[in-house]
Amino acid sequence: MYKTIIGLEIHTQLLTKTKAFCSCSTDHFNSIPNQNICPICTGHPGTLPALNEEAVKLAVKAGLIFNGTINKFSRFDRKNYFYPDLAKNYQITQHFFPIVSNGYITIEGKKIRIKRMHLEEDTAKMFHEGDQISTAQESFLDFNRSGIPLLEIVTEPDIESPSEARMFMEKLRNLLRYAEISTGDMEKGALRCDANISIVNLENNQTSKRVEIKNINSFKFVEKALEFEQERLIKNLEANIKMIQETRGWDSTRKETFPMRTKEDDVDYRYFPEPDLPPLILTDEFIDHIRSTITEMPEEKAKRFMIQYDLPQYDAEILTSDKELADFFEKCVKHAKDAKFVSNLIMTDLLRELKENDDEIENLKIKPEFFGELKELMDSNKISSKILKDIFPEIYKTGKSPKDIVKEKGLEQIDDESELRKIIEEIIKENPEEVEKYKNGKKKLLGFFVGEVMKKTKGKANPQKTNEILLELLEKE
Amino acid sequence: MTIEETIGRNIIEESIQKIIEMDKIINSVLRIEKVVGNKNGKYFGIPFLVKDNILVKGTKTTNASKILENYISPYTATAVQKLLEAGFSLIGKTNMDEFAMGNTNENSYFGPVRNPKDLSRVSGGSSGGSAAAVGAGYVPFSLGTDTGGSVRLPASFCGVVGFKPSYGMISRYGVTSFASSLDQIGILSNSVKDVSLVVEIIKGKDKNDPTTLSHTVDLTSNLERDLSDIKICIPKIVYDTDLNISIKNSFNEAVDFLKAKGSKVEVIDIPELEYSVAVYYIIAPSEASSNLARFDGVRYGFRNASLGLNDMYRTTREIGFGIEVKRRIIMGTFNLSADYYSKYYSKALKVRRIISDKLYNILDEYDVMMTPTSPSIPPYMGEKFNPLEYYLMDTFTIPANLAGLPAINIPFGLIEGLPFGIQFIGRQMKDEELLAIANTFHESAKKEFEKNV
Repeated sequence: MYKTIIGLEIHTQLLTKTKAFCSCSTDHFNSIPNQNICPICTGHPGTLPALNEEAVKLAVKAGLIFNGTINKFSRFDRKNYFYPDLAKNYQITQHFFPIVSNGYITIEGKKIRIKRMHLEEDTAKMFHEGDQISTAQESFLDFNRSGIPLLEIVTEPDIESPSEARMFMEKLRNLLRYAEISTGDMEKGALRCDANISIVNLENNQTSKRVEIKNINSFKFVEKALEFEQERLIKNLEANIKMIQETRGWDSTRKETFPMRTKEDDVDYRYFPEPDLPPLILTDEFIDHIRSTITEMPEEKAKRFMIQYDLPQYDAEILTSDKELADFFEKCVKHAKDAKFVSNLIMTDLLRELKENDDEIENLKIKPEFFGELKELMDSNKISSKILKDIFPEIYKTGKSPKDIVKEKGLEQIDDESELRKIIEEIIKENPEEVEKYKNGKKKLLGFFVGEVMKKTKGKANPQKTNEILLELLEKE
Repeated sequence: MTIEETIGRNIIEESIQKIIEMDKIINSVLRIEKVVGNKNGKYFGIPFLVKDNILVKGTKTTNASKILENYISPYTATAVQKLLEAGFSLIGKTNMDEFAMGNTNENSYFGPVRNPKDLSRVSGGSSGGSAAAVGAGYVPFSLGTDTGGSVRLPASFCGVVGFKPSYGMISRYGVTSFASSLDQIGILSNSVKDVSLVVEIIKGKDKNDPTTLSHTVDLTSNLERDLSDIKICIPKIVYDTDLNISIKNSFNEAVDFLKAKGSKVEVIDIPELEYSVAVYYIIAPSEASSNLARFDGVRYGFRNASLGLNDMYRTTREIGFGIEVKRRIIMGTFNLSADYYSKYYSKALKVRRIISDKLYNILDEYDVMMTPTSPSIPPYMGEKFNPLEYYLMDTFTIPANLAGLPAINIPFGLIEGLPFGIQFIGRQMKDEELLAIANTFHESAKKEFEKNV
């Protein structure tokens, strides 16, 4: 029996308009390299940091939504090390007195404790001709990211499995997005995760060394990297291989971790209080004000969905698990005016498409008003639920309106009795044997006839009318 | 030459000519850099000089170091900006000890500054160029920086007024950081009035420097103080220090002069001050080791192109920095290392706190504290000192930096033909009180000496 012990260190970019210590724009995705820079975030002599109050507000907000203690006294420190992506060769962070202590997030009823949360600044981005700095002929620096405010969140080692780590990250991101603290976008680096893992053999109390895994850039990889490392450490324990405390990187192409450095290579960061910034003193009024700006969080929203939209708990929880999804749902309901109809469609068809195409809700081509159209098409019997299911992927992929698709493809339901009767008469004529059997009492064959009708009409036949006419014709003679 | 005498005239070209003609040997001005001030400003036509660790857009800021030999400032320091708006014109950047580390101005990549009163002697440092230039009469005032006495000491050696305001009075934005918690822009000039006028223009809260404080009293409005109404303390350490006998005599002369004016003067024991040099030489190099880390050859400044990142860092800094700068970076790096942090740096912070609190308490009782600015007369150029001897020259000036107090050097006669200065230290953020006392002392002492001559 092995026990896995995991702790996470998470960095999240705060959604401020300007950087942590200067007034440069934080929009580093839509900018050309070194567009949003100034003497401060490129570390010119004589520059001083001026703290962005927005970053403080977001950090406090995060502290509140993660049930933390907001420290009315916190302070900035310098973390000193040399690297070209670090403009001043020190990073302004909060080492000794973080802005938030304690806190927790609940995952399936279990509390994962948060040890501390603190403000710091992001580094520049480096690009190397040939991937690695050690072998590169040339390296390039983009300081657009330099100085973007980060919130570092450190958990206690309360996580017990790779999947729990992933759930923690997903919940964390969801809450960060809800409160508009961060985009939480792991692929774009707005949310980054380093994981510490060790293994204990519960039978003999043997413990593996602790390993830190760096550079994990997606939720899937949080789980995969930890699974890989968990297995590796257990194998090592079983084979009695001597281990060292080390830092390993995650190689997402090879799906394995690789050694980066050992404890002996650890840098001495020479932390000391940042003399250029006064201590950060927060008042109760400030904290209360931030508290009052916190909008509806997932649990509250789920409760409201159950009442306002009369949804089962299951639906409400899934729909509110992501703020964008919840917002999208509410927009759709406005058009469709039938919450359960929308909920069903989202939970089965939309979520399936999202997953299959690995898309984000913000980038959807399908529009909320389409849900209104679909509802209308259904209610007026223009399409059957089968047709709806069939055309959904196309609406999703193309962003074409359902009405247009139905019209273009001639998918409107055949309601016309005489037309249906003609088709059904043909089918009866074509299948004398089955008609015979039916008449001899094999009533189950009704399904066969319905199927034939649907085949011939490509599913467009009004099912209720088809049934009626079939029964009438088959029972007649 | 004072600002008052010059108002309304344009002496920019005249000053530049003086520098070109006279400064070859003194070496106080590194480069003529002309930035003309606001033509509608009250002080248009009056030139000033700025220490070469303060940035002025489009001009070089070398910090008297090879590593920034060709560095062009991308922006202008707040203090300089305010002076330009008031009409003053920058005419050049002054020599200094490299990165403001030193007190004789012999640690400059561009050669030492000579004392205008005796060319065989040093100007003092680290704002030696700014002090010598005012002493030589090029300009009515200049800006320097003072981390442990770097404005007051050279002012004392060159016979000019040198003022270090309270920490937080003047924005440090655009001042190359040496030791952030101690650095402060200082003003060198020929009168306390000029000093007050300049500080009044450049003081105040700056959004670009969160350590600035607001100060609302007009520094120029009342510069007179009844000397019979003040209480002065002299820390006993002044008499315990191995003082040059003529310095002791001149200092006592100043004490007697004040007593004769009716001031109450008392010697008090402040044993804590014994540790101020030690504390300073832990805190200042520690902060410096971090502040100077940015000079690495990556983004600007001198780079020794090498194979590999670590070699580039190592050789760039080895070649780019002078010996005193490297010495302090090494000391500071050691002090901050995880194994020694609590033994040195964090202990030094605690002692700094104790010294500061003690000084605040004493200054609740006394209006000012008084010491000689320097325990010695200006040394000869190249006179052999070990670093510790140099460091001890800051004994009397360092406490004001540790506690963030305003302090000023006032010239008081000559010793062996060399300028001698008295230091007054005042209450925190009550710079107006200190300036009034210093001004009254300076003006009445000048009259007294004219009478005697």
